[in-house]
Amino acid sequence: MSWFSQHGHALMRAFRQLAGTPVTSLLSIIVFGIVLSLPAGIFVLLENLSEVSGRATDSQQMTLMLDTTARQADVELINTRLEALTTIEGFRFVSKEVALDELKQENGMAEVMHNLGQNPLPDAFVINPGRLPANEIEKMQAMMQSWPKVAHVLVDTDWARKLDAILDVGRLVVMMLAAVFGTALIIVMFNTIRLQLLTRRDEIELSKWIGATDGYIRRPFLYFGALQGLLGAALAWLLLYFMIIRLNEVLAELARLYDTTITLHHLSWRDSLALLLLSGALGWIGARGSVARHLAQIDQESSVS
Amino acid sequence: MAVMISFSSVSKFYPGGFEALKGVTLSIDQGELILFSGHSGAGKSTLLKLIAAIERPTSGSVIVGQQNIGTLRRSAIPYLRRNIGMIFQEQKILYDRNVFANVMLPLQVTGFDTKTSASRVRAALDKVGLLAKEKADPVTLSGGEKQRLCIARAVVHRPTILIADEPTANLDSNYARDIMAVFESFNQVGVTVLISTHDRTLLESARHRVLELKQGKLVA
Ligand SMILES: Nc1ncnc2c1ncn2[C@@H]1O[C@H](COP(=O)(O)OP(=O)(O)O)[C@@H](O)[C@H]1O
Ligand SMILES: [Mg+2]
Repeated sequence: MSWFSQHGHALMRAFRQLAGTPVTSLLSIIVFGIVLSLPAGIFVLLENLSEVSGRATDSQQMTLMLDTTARQADVELINTRLEALTTIEGFRFVSKEVALDELKQENGMAEVMHNLGQNPLPDAFVINPGRLPANEIEKMQAMMQSWPKVAHVLVDTDWARKLDAILDVGRLVVMMLAAVFGTALIIVMFNTIRLQLLTRRDEIELSKWIGATDGYIRRPFLYFGALQGLLGAALAWLLLYFMIIRLNEVLAELARLYDTTITLHHLSWRDSLALLLLSGALGWIGARGSVARHLAQIDQESSVS
Repeated sequence: MAVMISFSSVSKFYPGGFEALKGVTLSIDQGELILFSGHSGAGKSTLLKLIAAIERPTSGSVIVGQQNIGTLRRSAIPYLRRNIGMIFQEQKILYDRNVFANVMLPLQVTGFDTKTSASRVRAALDKVGLLAKEKADPVTLSGGEKQRLCIARAVVHRPTILIADEPTANLDSNYARDIMAVFESFNQVGVTVLISTHDRTLLESARHRVLELKQGKLVA
C-alpha cells in the first residue's frame, strides 16, 4: 500500500473515531474552541488597536511653542537652528497672529477670542519629523526644549507611543495566556487519547499480534488529536467572527455619535492559518505523548514485544 | 525438507521466577503438522507464543525461518508475525464489528487494498464454512462458529505457519473433528501447522507427529 493510502486509511479511522463518539468529541472540540478564543480574542483586539496607533504614528507632528516674551531675533535664531537639522523633513512658522486667525475660523471661537481682548497665543513652529523612531523624536524633543525662549515642545504622537507600549504589554499577556492554555489543551488531549486507548485496548493488542507496526497503531490517534485541534480552532474562529459582528454593530452606533467610523477586523488569513496550525499541533503533541506513554504500558502488560 | 522452526535448550522464566519451559530442544520442518499435548500448565501456550515473538526466550535460541526470536529487533516483529497465523486460546474477537470486518483485520494491518481484501476475506470465510454469516454480529455466533471465525482470521493473509492454541477446547468431539479437517486441508497446501491440545480424540487420530510437554519439559 502506498504511503498516501496508508495515511488516508489512518485519517479515515480517525474520522470514524470522532464520529463514533460524537458527544465526547463535540465536548472536547468545544473545550478547545473556548480555551483558544480567549487569547485569540485578545490578540484580535490588540491587532485592531495597533492598526489605529500605526495610523497615528505615520503622521506624527511636533509643535515647538515659544515663550510669550520671545522677540523677532529669538524666532530667527530658532529658524536657523531648525534649518540646520537635517533629520527632519520640514517645518513651518505659525505666528501668533496667524494662529489666532485660524482659531477664529472655528465655529463659535471668534466670539470667545474677541472677548479676550489680547492675543493669548504664542508663536510656534510646526515640525514634520518624517518617519523617525520614537526614541529619536524623544531626543530631539529634549534638545529643542533646552533652546532659548522655548516654552514647550509637544509631540502629538505621545498617546500613540503610550498605546504602543501598552500593546507590547498586551502582546506579552497574549503569549503567556497562549502558553498556559496551550499546555492545558495538550493535557486535555493527552487524557482524551488515554481514554480511547483504554477502551480500544483489545483491538490494539490484537493488532500487534497480527502484525501491525507501531506506526499503524499510533497514526489514527495522532490524526485524531490534530483533527480535533483543527476543529477546535475553527470553532474559536467562528466564535470570534460572531462576536466581532455583534461588536461592530454596537460600535457603529457609538461611532455615529462621534461622527466617525470604527470597524473591528477579524484575524488576517495568515493569523487564522497560524491559529489552525498551532491548535492542530497542540492536539497532535498531546496525542503523541499519550500514545507513546500508554502503548508502552500496554506492551509491558501484555508482553507483546 | 527445510527446517522451519528450531528450538535449542530453550528456557522461559516468567516475571516472578516461574519456569514455564525447561531446556526445550526441537526441530520442525516446513509443511509439517504437529500436535503439542500436555496438561494445563505444561507450557504449551508459552511454546507457541515464543514462535510468534509474543514472548521472548530467557535462554537458548528460537529460530523461525531465518530469524532468531531472542535477538529480533522490535521493529522487525510485525513482519515476522505477518508470516504467521495465530488462533489464540483466548479468542480475541472484536465485538464492535461484524464477522467480515473481524476477518479483514490482518489484511488491513498489512495494508491490502479494499478490493483484494474483500475477495480474500470471502475465500477464507468460505473455507471454514462461515460465508453465510459474514454480516453477523460475532455475539450471535455459537462456540464452534466463533472458533471458525478465528481460523478464517488466522489464514486470510495466507501465512506460512499456522499456530492454533487449544482450538477444540470447549467444542464437542464431532465439531473438533471438523476443525481438525480444516487444519489438515491447510497443511496439504504446504502450510506448517502447530496445534496444542489435550483433546484425546485429536491425539488418538495419531496420523501426525505428537510432542508432549510435561511441566515445561519435552517428553517422548
Ligand atoms: N504471563 C505469565 N506470567 C507468569 N506466569 C505465566 C504467564 N503465562 C503463563 N504462566 C505460567 O506458566 C505455566 C505454563 O503456562 P502455559 O504456557 O499457558 O501452559 P499451557 O498452555 O500448557 O496450559 C503455567 O504455570 C502458567 O501459570
Ligand atoms: Mg494454554
